[in-house]
Amino acid sequence: MRALFRQFLWRFIGGAQADRSVPPTGFTAQLTVFAAAAMAFLAVFALALSLATSRLADRWSEELARTSTLRISAPADQADAQVRAAIGVLETTPGVASARALTAQEQQALLTPWFGPDLPLETLSIPKLIEIIEEGSGYDATGLRARLQAEVPGAVLDDHTSWRAPLVKAAGRLRSLAWVSIVLIAATTAAMVTLAAQAALAANAQVIRVMRLVGAQDSYIAWAFIRRFTSRAFAGALMGSLAGMLGVFFLPSTDVAGGFLTGIGFQGVHWLWPLAIPPLAACVAFFATRAAALRRLKEQS
Amino acid sequence: MIELDDVAYSYGGAELFAQVSLSLAPGSFHFLTGPSGAGKTTLLKLCYGELQAIAGDVRLFGAPARTLTRDQIALVRRKVGVVHQDCQFLDHLSVIENIALPLTVSGQDVDLANLQDLISWVGLGSQAEQLPPQLSGGERQRAALARAIIMSPDVIIADEPTGNVDWEMSQRLLTLLIELNRMGKAVLIATHDLNLIRAAKSQVGTRVLRLTDRRLQQAGADL
Ligand SMILES: Nc1ncnc2c1ncn2[C@@H]1O[C@H](COP(=O)(O)OP(=O)(O)OP(=O)(O)O)[C@@H](O)[C@H]1O
Ligand SMILES: [Mg+2]
Repeated sequence: MRALFRQFLWRFIGGAQADRSVPPTGFTAQLTVFAAAAMAFLAVFALALSLATSRLADRWSEELARTSTLRISAPADQADAQVRAAIGVLETTPGVASARALTAQEQQALLTPWFGPDLPLETLSIPKLIEIIEEGSGYDATGLRARLQAEVPGAVLDDHTSWRAPLVKAAGRLRSLAWVSIVLIAATTAAMVTLAAQAALAANAQVIRVMRLVGAQDSYIAWAFIRRFTSRAFAGALMGSLAGMLGVFFLPSTDVAGGFLTGIGFQGVHWLWPLAIPPLAACVAFFATRAAALRRLKEQS
Repeated sequence: MIELDDVAYSYGGAELFAQVSLSLAPGSFHFLTGPSGAGKTTLLKLCYGELQAIAGDVRLFGAPARTLTRDQIALVRRKVGVVHQDCQFLDHLSVIENIALPLTVSGQDVDLANLQDLISWVGLGSQAEQLPPQLSGGERQRAALARAIIMSPDVIIADEPTGNVDWEMSQRLLTLLIELNRMGKAVLIATHDLNLIRAAKSQVGTRVLRLTDRRLQQAGADL
């Protein structure tokens, strides 16, 4: 393995002379660099989208799964008794870490965005809210509902599942779409490198012939092309990735939206992810060129 | 080292030649003559694996040519130095790089001092940095000969190596080939140049073969 790696390195670095054996091909060279740069640029955004949606899905399922709400609609004279009874039930329910009735001020604060600060809360028959914080893998919602129905008739358990599920699903779907895009971008890069390499190989049929006449083996000739296209794809992808990262970096912040939307962007160590794009592009170019070269060398014999 | 046994070849139509047998042993010196179009170049191509015989057996360094892979043929070519009739250079590389090409493609270090010696020996000292298309016909042939012998091959095959050079230069090239032959290398030269053959015969034991009427024959004593 180590010897193989060393040989690989030698071939890659020590092959300047082999590169000279194949004449420079200005136009295909520039095209390859450009295509790799463009693809890397797109890949950065697909990657940002994928990471952002992962974050979103995680946050939604995480935060919403940890809390739920119990709503108690009862005549004013029974309300307090029912709240106490409900809390009693909740405190003996496995999976519930704590249960707490929201105070009048907290309920007011929740309603302010919709009704303004001057809402006369005490004159309205607004249901009492109990916030439930879960622990471990949560409680058994069906069992809890049955117990509440028996002991607290006015209680309605809202465990958020109904509206959380589609959101999490949408985020998950968005993430898969982003990954599909990345795979498609890689495949397109492979296709373009293959075409460029084939053009270069065809244009150099006579060069290949002469190299063979003086005793060059297939791998030597193939490497002259592989090195060239791999380094071009790497250089192009590096430029494209950096440009894409700059673009993401200067996206306007979305934190003002109350932190609910985590914007398209990279956070913390995730900034390292787009740096994987140039080596990946080089890898794709390596295998694409190798396949094209070996095919061509087999045909031209 | 190179053996042809009852070999025939055709480019698709009628047979160009048939029942050709030839053996290049270490230290042998052969000339191949014959009318233009008889198939001399074709016969040489069979000897370094560029073409495969349609009948008979070709053995290159002990192995049947038919069974050799492309990579094995490449290894054979490192042991056979060839001067091609049309030279075959890489036109974007300098003369000196072209001459060193067999070393480069086989991953060997280029000894610049040796290379310079060889280049001045074939009289190309001042053209080393030029591109092949800028050379005259004779200069190209000298460069091709330098490239053919740079690997110190066991067999040297030359197709019309003196076609474009003056008498004095052709004598120098011949002397070089004879010297290599004395070192034990097998030499096979295809040529129309009867004077060259006569000059060689006076210095070294040679066999002259004539490819004519689809057969390879030992040439008569008139040479
Ligand atoms: N690639 C090819 N395809 C078809 N026919 C060919 C090919 N190469 C050579 N020939 C034909 O084969 C015959 C022999 O060619 P070859 O080059 O071997 O002759 P030669 O003896 O070397 O001639 P010269 O002395 O002019 O160099 C010629 O008639 C030529 O037209
Ligand atoms: Mg010929």
